[in-house]
Amino acid sequence: MKINKIILSFISAVAILLSTSVVSLAKVVGDKIVLGAAISLTGKYSSNGVHTQNGYNMAVDRINSMGGVKVGGKTYKFEIIYYDDESNPKRAAQLAERLISQDGVEFMLGPYSSGLTKAIAPVTEKYGVPMVEANGASRSLFTKGYKYLFAVLAPANLYLDVAIRTAVELNGGKGVRIAQAFEQDAFSQDVRLGILDAAKETGSEIIIDDKLPKELNDMAATLVKVKQMKPDVLVVSGHTKGALTAIRQIAEMKVDVPMLAMTHCDAAKLSKQHGKNSQYALCASQWHKTLTYKDNFFKDGMTYAADFQKEFGYDPPYQSAESSAALLVFKDAFERANSFDQKKVRDALAATNMQTFYGNIKFAPGGQNVDKPMVLFQVMCDGAGKCENKVVAPLKWASAKLIHPIPKWSDR
Amino acid sequence: MDFMVFQYPMITVQACLDGILLGILFALIAYGMALQWGVMNIINIAQGDLVILGGYIAYFMYLYGIHPAWGVIVSPIIMYFVGVGIYKLVINKVVDRDLFISILATFGISILFMQLMNFAFGADVVLANSGYGTTFLFDSAVVLPNSKIFSAFVSIVFAIGLVIYMKKSKLGRAIRATAQNARAAKILGVDTEKVYAATFGLNAALCGVAGALISITFTIHPYMGLPYTIRSFMIVIVAGLGNLPGVAMSGMGLGVFEEFADYILGTEFRIGSVFLLLVLILVYRRFKLSRKREYLK
Repeated sequence: MKINKIILSFISAVAILLSTSVVSLAKVVGDKIVLGAAISLTGKYSSNGVHTQNGYNMAVDRINSMGGVKVGGKTYKFEIIYYDDESNPKRAAQLAERLISQDGVEFMLGPYSSGLTKAIAPVTEKYGVPMVEANGASRSLFTKGYKYLFAVLAPANLYLDVAIRTAVELNGGKGVRIAQAFEQDAFSQDVRLGILDAAKETGSEIIIDDKLPKELNDMAATLVKVKQMKPDVLVVSGHTKGALTAIRQIAEMKVDVPMLAMTHCDAAKLSKQHGKNSQYALCASQWHKTLTYKDNFFKDGMTYAADFQKEFGYDPPYQSAESSAALLVFKDAFERANSFDQKKVRDALAATNMQTFYGNIKFAPGGQNVDKPMVLFQVMCDGAGKCENKVVAPLKWASAKLIHPIPKWSDR
Repeated sequence: MDFMVFQYPMITVQACLDGILLGILFALIAYGMALQWGVMNIINIAQGDLVILGGYIAYFMYLYGIHPAWGVIVSPIIMYFVGVGIYKLVINKVVDRDLFISILATFGISILFMQLMNFAFGADVVLANSGYGTTFLFDSAVVLPNSKIFSAFVSIVFAIGLVIYMKKSKLGRAIRATAQNARAAKILGVDTEKVYAATFGLNAALCGVAGALISITFTIHPYMGLPYTIRSFMIVIVAGLGNLPGVAMSGMGLGVFEEFADYILGTEFRIGSVFLLLVLILVYRRFKLSRKREYLK
């Protein structure tokens, strides 16, 4: 008993010691601007968390090696403190609290996913810490009146809006019949709301409206309904699971539908995992390397992709590209504010109007980027079964012509 | 609510066939659980995670250019040793304690496995393509992916094989003797420790087969194990221990129930309806049991 008490008091003493002896880092130490980020390095978002971190690191290295950030006539370099949020919203909020109140970070980068951004945003808002995030697209993030939250990406409700409008256009301006299946999470439900809006505006009709569970790995029931009702467009959004399951079962059940639009195809490495079966699928993406936006740091999408490949050994998904863009936005805002005052930097961020390799960036009062449309690419395969994603909409950026309607399975 | 499934007879047929094929696969996992539960009195919460691990073995074979169907052979062999390993490390310390302790222990193993798989294989959803085609029935009004038929067929083969093994082999008889009365078996010279290890290994091997089949038919992901644990638990509860035809029937029943729930209530309530059914059955069983007791009084 006595021993236990001694051990206990020893542990608590050490704990108290540790908690008080953490060196308080200021926002700007010497010539460094310290940014904080809670990132999912473990847990269910870990693969996209790593894409996010790689994107951040790539941009930090690039900006630092190209002269850093000039504020008040002095040059500063970026540095990021990372913590692993374990893909857990509660943990993310704690870590944001810790970054700000213990580590003294005064500027934050976003985590991965809408859910985690939602958990962190109230904390950064409370302390008046400007946060530029690149991976939280849920519409609800931008309707809460947050003043210190800025997102470089287009909001979730716009993800598949383009697809519906394109389908209507191809239908001679007449409304189309839509079948949709969405996972029940904040992001996918926002995508769904966007489709409902687009359907209303174009006079389209939603004939199947299924919700998919988190543990989804079978959507045969939805597809049987699709076979029966023959809609013009099938829309699926359920993260990578949804995309992979849909393609597998559509191919196995030989479901013929003139247009198939999805999210998360590149994260799912659709064409790699499914090969020719994924052909003709339309995928919403925040970014594609063939887009011709330009900036001084990464030049353009193709150069970014090549550099990224060299550094990390894989083709950058859009999650990495948008994360890199977040740092370009921060650098630009610091230089325009010419100060490290949080309020001034916040105002400078709000006034951002720039082009990066990732796209144009201009924030609406809610904090979402309104100057960058979503792109739609289509999986296209050649005779040898090699598949590629080609941008087909919007037309301005298209590198290939949309194949519509999708050929029937019996003719393939 | 959507009653489309009853309006078109072909959809009803489709739902039933899908459900039966799926149910046979569930029954295989449940059979492993029942075996272990009966012999060792352990409810294995990590059942689903063993299934997923088995799936990853098939997936990696697929990745290295071997047809994933071979996973049905390779995965159970590897998983047998994984199972024996888990038994030697953890389960043998809790096997004669009460049920609560063993549930806690396997719950811990489940969390550990999830995190380890996430760490080792990444959080991406993966699948193995079998390249099997599709069977069309009734003028192509009903479609059955051959991978599902293959899964059901392999499950049946393994289940029958295991039944014969349990009946004929020495180890099988030892396992059955231990299940009936561990102490008596021990007195009669059965090495129960060995029997327990083999039982745990056999269960893991069955999970390995099921996992390989799931990677061919559906998708796998480190955190996807729990629904499989719940389903097998539910099947065993309904069928009772040591009732193999019962396990097969309740497995198929559960499969069909899930499909119909999917059509009628919507896909979002699919897993939810399984939970609801589980609660209802537990309540009903208690009710029946209490009536029996009163009658005895």
